[in-house]
Amino acid sequence: MKLLEYQAKEVLASLGITIPPGRVARTTEEAAQAAAELGPVAVKAQVPVGGRGKAGGIKLANTPEEARQAAEQIIGMDIKGFKVPLVYCEGKLDIAREVYLGFTVDRDARANILMLSAKGGMEIEQVAEEDPHAIARLYPNPWRGPLAFELNQLVFESGLGEHARALVPVIQKLYRAIPQYDALTAEINPLVVTPEGAIVAGDAKIESDENASFRQRELEQRYEGILEGDPYEVEAKKRNLTYVSLDGYIGIIGNGAGLCMGTLDLVQRAGGKAANFCDIGGGARAEVVQNAMEVILMNPRVEGILVNIFGGITRGDEVARGLVTARDRVGLKLPLVVRLSGTNEEEGREILRQNGIEPGVNAWEAAQKIVGMTGGARQS
Amino acid sequence: MSILLNENSRVIVQGITGREGSFHCQQMQLMGTKVVGGVTPGRGGTEHNGVPVFDSVAEAVRQTGANATGIFVPPPFAADAIMEAAANGIALIACITEGIPIQDMIRVKDFLRVYPDARLLGPNCPGLLTPGVAKIGIIPQRFSMPGPVGIVARSGTLTYETMAALTSAGLGQSTIVGIGGDPVNGMSFVDVIQMFEQDPGTTHLAIIGEIGGSDEERGAELLARGSRLKSVAFISGRTAPEGKRMGHAGAIVSGNRGTARSKEEAFRQAGVAVAETTDQIVELLTKA
Repeated sequence: MKLLEYQAKEVLASLGITIPPGRVARTTEEAAQAAAELGPVAVKAQVPVGGRGKAGGIKLANTPEEARQAAEQIIGMDIKGFKVPLVYCEGKLDIAREVYLGFTVDRDARANILMLSAKGGMEIEQVAEEDPHAIARLYPNPWRGPLAFELNQLVFESGLGEHARALVPVIQKLYRAIPQYDALTAEINPLVVTPEGAIVAGDAKIESDENASFRQRELEQRYEGILEGDPYEVEAKKRNLTYVSLDGYIGIIGNGAGLCMGTLDLVQRAGGKAANFCDIGGGARAEVVQNAMEVILMNPRVEGILVNIFGGITRGDEVARGLVTARDRVGLKLPLVVRLSGTNEEEGREILRQNGIEPGVNAWEAAQKIVGMTGGARQS
Repeated sequence: MSILLNENSRVIVQGITGREGSFHCQQMQLMGTKVVGGVTPGRGGTEHNGVPVFDSVAEAVRQTGANATGIFVPPPFAADAIMEAAANGIALIACITEGIPIQDMIRVKDFLRVYPDARLLGPNCPGLLTPGVAKIGIIPQRFSMPGPVGIVARSGTLTYETMAALTSAGLGQSTIVGIGGDPVNGMSFVDVIQMFEQDPGTTHLAIIGEIGGSDEERGAELLARGSRLKSVAFISGRTAPEGKRMGHAGAIVSGNRGTARSKEEAFRQAGVAVAETTDQIVELLTKA
């Protein structure tokens, strides 16, 4: 789960890191109130994507009236597909220096990596490309976390030695986001050094591991549902489906993540566009298939459904019966192509045929078939 | 011949009394795998699927001489189960469990450095299978047949599909190895390819990768340095959009990293044929 800026800052504050004074505003009135309390503020759209500023999602307001106007413009606007649910009004910060500080998972090393750079404010990927030596790196021991002397060394290495005394404790506190919140990314960019030498988080990015949701219930309960997500993805999650919305018009159901991704690829290769990724896992029981079909059919752009099942341990005749039951319960009227292979595939295909579903023998043929029945092919 | 798993493998099942562990243990036994016991804390002294159940891996190893394990315990306990196996001298650990927190796996990886002889497959993998001999995990054996093709894959179902296609084309397999769909896992493509390279029973290799990370690229670099295997690679997820997790925790493209294109390009540069569909894997393997 990617936290919004204000949520990530609340997490930082809970870890003992200083954040600038700020207020969440859901209405224009609340934004005006925040400016009345805090003085000049930045009114910032809360969306889980970068590039807010360029999209017009950040405005400076010197007076409550200006804050009201800014909030009026920003709340509800669309930034990269996200409808802005609320703004964060943040007081001004005196900046002497901007630093980059972040933890993330280095997949190649299969470890957490800590990066620190005197070049704050820029995207770290850009710094890494233009000036890789400007980033000091450390792989903290995942059992005990980074030790003070390791961090001290790192701070001096990155040319920030004069701030070592203040920076080391901040890094140790940020590290706590990993064991405490299952953070996969915990980044402060810029980390601001004030003229007085205090360290304040200018921005915050935290992503918590969804696999750890069984022990991060509090975090989820506090922050989930604030963002109006994709309605189909929200519904799919309620039904325990692994579902991702895409922008095409062919609904996809597959068993297994790799197979399902492969099915999307085949549909595109055949000239069509997939409306979603939906992995129903092993088994393909009737109620799971029914759930998947119902979520897919919520999307009015869907013109047909392709089901790609490889039955390993599960028997093909069982899968076929489940599919027929699901189709009948849903009352599916759109074209349906099913590719069924694996154990008892012949029996399974026979059941499909008897019930008016034309089975595809292989996935490529099935993909071509559904593409031929939908989109441009359907209109002509 | 085979890699990792052979007739000398003495296998235990961690989580043997659970629904999944119990069912797949039976499937493993049906295939002739030497399952010598199982572990479920609190159920020691009982019997399940005709084999003794132990309270700990230590006890199981002492009593049975087990050297391999399949882990089917739920995600909150799976990382500990892996470490328990390694700490008790188990050489081959296949972790089937899906959904283990990534930070748990990072700690496991660090822990395993002290046990260099322990080889971990997964988590979130289908395990491995040596046709006609043994399997650990959930790969359906009925589509396999002994032969010269090694398979190494991140995805389960695509593995089954590929082995089924190979078998129906009369091409058997030496060992089928699932390395799992998680971002922080045990053996990598490189580790498994190196073992196939050393196995006289393997002459061909099917590599089934997917978007995310750069394990496939590392595998391609290894093959580019010279290989006696005739290899074909397939990458799923070329149409996956950036930033969206496609089912597997590891299957995510971030920026221009981890794309299907960069992986396919790496294999082509290594002189490895790239299949566009799973059916093509068989075509390309039989070609030369």
